[in-house]
Amino acid sequence: MDINSESTSALADDKPTPGPPLWLLCELTYRCPLHCVFCYNPVNFDNVKNELDTESWIRVLRQSRKLGSVQCGFSGGEPLLRDDLEELVGEAHKLGYYTNLLTSGVGLTESRTSVLKDAGLDHIQLSFQDSTKELNDFLSHTKTFDLKLKVARTITDHDIPMVLNCVIHRLNIDYIENIIQMAIELGAECLELANTQFYSWAKVNQAHLLPSREQLERAEKITNEYRDKFADKIRIIFVVPDYYETRPKKCMNGWGNVFLTISPDGTALPCHTAAMLPGPAFPNVKQHSIEEIWYRSEGFNRFRGTDWMKEPCRSCSEKENDLGGCRCQAYMLANDPTVADPVCDKSPEHHNVEAAVANAQLPNKQVADEHPLIFRDAKSSQKLDKDGVVF
Amino acid sequence: MSKETTISASQVVAIAKPYRLQFEEAQESWVLLYPEGMVKLNGPAGEILKRCDGIKSIETVVGELEAAFEQTGLQQDVISFCEIALQNRWITISR
Repeated sequence: MDINSESTSALADDKPTPGPPLWLLCELTYRCPLHCVFCYNPVNFDNVKNELDTESWIRVLRQSRKLGSVQCGFSGGEPLLRDDLEELVGEAHKLGYYTNLLTSGVGLTESRTSVLKDAGLDHIQLSFQDSTKELNDFLSHTKTFDLKLKVARTITDHDIPMVLNCVIHRLNIDYIENIIQMAIELGAECLELANTQFYSWAKVNQAHLLPSREQLERAEKITNEYRDKFADKIRIIFVVPDYYETRPKKCMNGWGNVFLTISPDGTALPCHTAAMLPGPAFPNVKQHSIEEIWYRSEGFNRFRGTDWMKEPCRSCSEKENDLGGCRCQAYMLANDPTVADPVCDKSPEHHNVEAAVANAQLPNKQVADEHPLIFRDAKSSQKLDKDGVVF
Repeated sequence: MSKETTISASQVVAIAKPYRLQFEEAQESWVLLYPEGMVKLNGPAGEILKRCDGIKSIETVVGELEAAFEQTGLQQDVISFCEIALQNRWITISR
């Protein structure tokens, strides 16, 4: 099929088709000035050099919108490293998307904020690593804390709705109260306390990052107190680390169900970590239209619905609730992307999750002995790739 | 909480920040978009909210709906829905 074709014939097919890719995530680049130890970009990100050009991104935006996408996220890496960001936001806005910028704040100057606002940017999600300069700068391996505070004020001065996102883990979870207070002071409309999900760089650093049960329960209690007390001021979202659950998450709300990620080189993925999975390569927007990718590609149909399931999922009464959980987690923890997510206590591999959780109850000194924290940078990326680490 | 939760017919409401209301062809319905999310509205909800423009009073909105759908006595339904919308922070009272 011609890549510029925007036919929607699949919508008229006889057999039931999934809904549209409501959520389009454009990962504009893997380049990033930060070196976060929990980054979800692939560990081999440094191999990706051929980023899509502006014209290709605009084609993606148009085709996806035509299929019915409504939310458009611009992320990375650091999307501000692309100097066509303003143009892409403008185009997305004109097409009728709700536009979200997911940023570390590095590069978000007064003038760029102003241009982005005029281009129609609807919302900025600003990431923080911690409420203190020391830990923020340590975890991101950069001196960015003061800059982030300044950026947060610039965003609110421009009256752009702001969500603060702080990845929570063993090293900062005890300071959750300070993090919440900071978000309130900065005037965030919403605070996402996103407990680390163990993929990519976070998986490499898992022993350092998985909190103990005691830490987690304390943090949840404090969060609930603030949620009640400041209900009028701020929404607080607390994402529980799924290793502490006994049923898996309905990952991405279902494979190829609502979520479409386009990675920097144009590879289309059902989630931003799916590239790690063995099997045929996922389709690329350089060769295929979004319509073809979403409705008809092997990659997007591979784990759609429930037909692909094996036991214990196939006969499970709860299979529609979680759709078997996360395929990447099944691959990482059970070495097979077609089995139940081992977070589920019905999975024969659940002991792998239990072992990680048991390890997390040990004192810090005993937990983190495998290797020191590995920061996300080009050198480590090359080394991990050479060592055959795929997640 | 000090926030108002009731609405009277003379008041004027508008879609609240950061929500945006728009009609989606692909879903054949009105939706409310907000950071990283969407509320799909049913028919009546869409018809009410698209008239909540920060200019018209609830009374006027009710009049328009009654004319458009050839019905009467919609005021209480509209107010009840707007109160739910207000609690959900989808709308705000302009005056």
